[in-house]
Amino acid sequence: MLYLVFLYAPVAVLPLFSFNDSQYVTFPLLGFTLKWYAQLADSQGLHSALINSLKVGVSVAVLSTVLGIFAAKAVTRYRMRRSGLLIGFIMVPLVIPEIILGISLLMTFSISEVKLSLVTVGIGHLMLCTPFSMLVLISRMEGFDQSYEEASQDLGENAWWTFWRVTFPIILPGVVASLLLTFTISFDEFVLAFFLAGTDSTLPLHIWGQLRFPDKLPSTLALGAIIVVLSTVVIFAAELIRRSGVQVGGKSKV
Amino acid sequence: MNSTAAEHSLVARFRLKFRRSETLRGYALLSPTLTVVLLGLLFPLAILLTLSFWKQEYVDLIQTFTLTNYADFFEKKIYYLILYRSIRISLFVMLATVLLAYPLAYFIAFHVKKNKIMWIILITIPFWTSYLLRVFAWKVILGYNGVINSGLMSLGIIAEPLQFILYNPIAVVITLAHAWAAVAILPIYVSLEKIDRSLIEASRDLGESAVMTFIRVTLPLSLPGVIAASLLVFIPTVGDYVTPALVGGTRGIMIGNIIQSMFGKALNWPLGAALSIISMLTVTAVVCMLLGATHLFRKKVA
Repeated sequence: MLYLVFLYAPVAVLPLFSFNDSQYVTFPLLGFTLKWYAQLADSQGLHSALINSLKVGVSVAVLSTVLGIFAAKAVTRYRMRRSGLLIGFIMVPLVIPEIILGISLLMTFSISEVKLSLVTVGIGHLMLCTPFSMLVLISRMEGFDQSYEEASQDLGENAWWTFWRVTFPIILPGVVASLLLTFTISFDEFVLAFFLAGTDSTLPLHIWGQLRFPDKLPSTLALGAIIVVLSTVVIFAAELIRRSGVQVGGKSKV
Repeated sequence: MNSTAAEHSLVARFRLKFRRSETLRGYALLSPTLTVVLLGLLFPLAILLTLSFWKQEYVDLIQTFTLTNYADFFEKKIYYLILYRSIRISLFVMLATVLLAYPLAYFIAFHVKKNKIMWIILITIPFWTSYLLRVFAWKVILGYNGVINSGLMSLGIIAEPLQFILYNPIAVVITLAHAWAAVAILPIYVSLEKIDRSLIEASRDLGESAVMTFIRVTLPLSLPGVIAASLLVFIPTVGDYVTPALVGGTRGIMIGNIIQSMFGKALNWPLGAALSIISMLTVTAVVCMLLGATHLFRKKVA
């Protein structure tokens, strides 16, 4: 139980002090205020960073999920010789420190004279998110009943329409889960963005910049509190979708 | 006429082979993902390796093969010492995280009857908030004028702020053990959940005590989860530089900070690349030793 307190303490600190009417994050609490939130609403840098993060997050979520679908389908549908090595290779970003992925990409872009921008951040995030997407989708596709696809093909649908009208609806909960997961990872990612963003800013980079100024501290806490609440909502939504997916899957088998 | 027929049959044979071969069709489906990963991962890692043999002079990269960067690592003690410290800190983080995570995973797997998923979600929620903000929250909690110090002072327990809690390796261990907790809890939980309960009952029926049952049945069977958790915590934390930068102070500097500085202030990309390669090799070696040790442990228990 003490461990749960340890897990939640830092998360609780953010909202608690974001309402505190003091420049400093110290006890005793001085009084209730919303001014740090008001300060957030006025911050120009925050707005552009937020929009940048949303752009990168959405693009990365879609692309990595598409790549994840290809890979997961290949792994679950076909028995391939010597595929273990290649699959393991896709998983590499899960086990190497992000800083190494970050500097490798930085050097590659610099040598091939690609200008650093949100696109290069996106490429970095894509490498990081694809294995997650693949894992989520593999677990969804395992035990996929091949006969649905075969029936569709026998009834004269081509592979493209079979995918959209049969396969896709069945794996949809997995796809949604993958989109949410990869978006969250990209949205929160700092290390790769730090090396690959150039002059552009994403939300974590903006927060990093704010941490250096003590007078920005309470409004950074307020921002943190908002992120805590929003991500909690997203996680619960993802779980609800996953559950409804399980029910649909169960029904379709009957 | 004859040649086109031959061509046709060749194409047809290829098609037939393609349709029959699971491997080929599988690879075809895998190819888009694989291409992207080759370009975005293998190629950059190859560049990393290449650059580690180059040399930096002011702002220019000298593209001739040299071992200077690797020689630097072995000659200047500072890099070696910091890598050693990083490995030690990460091993402590790994131990702390797994030791704390195991009881909770055990509790959820064996003592929670309903709504296990809700428990899992409850545990993972703190980890969906920005990593940066979590580390920062620890800085706020542990700081000189921070939550713990000011809290204890306003309660009258201490008169002066405690100085030993921020800007040292212990703060790094606490922060990282918190940051990676979910990564450790989940695999341990999964491996505990998979254990066939009748094995535990059998052990108890045959007269083993609860403690011995745990040591000889539950623990060995959950070992794969413990190993996965350990590696998933140990490997990435070695390269972390955000946490040491925010809460570590000078005594908490890790190899990630050094590598990062080579790409910033120090401006020596080849040395940074060489340090990365050396760190990765060292981590791999430590991982192999850990796996070897658990293998021995398993043999002994079994």
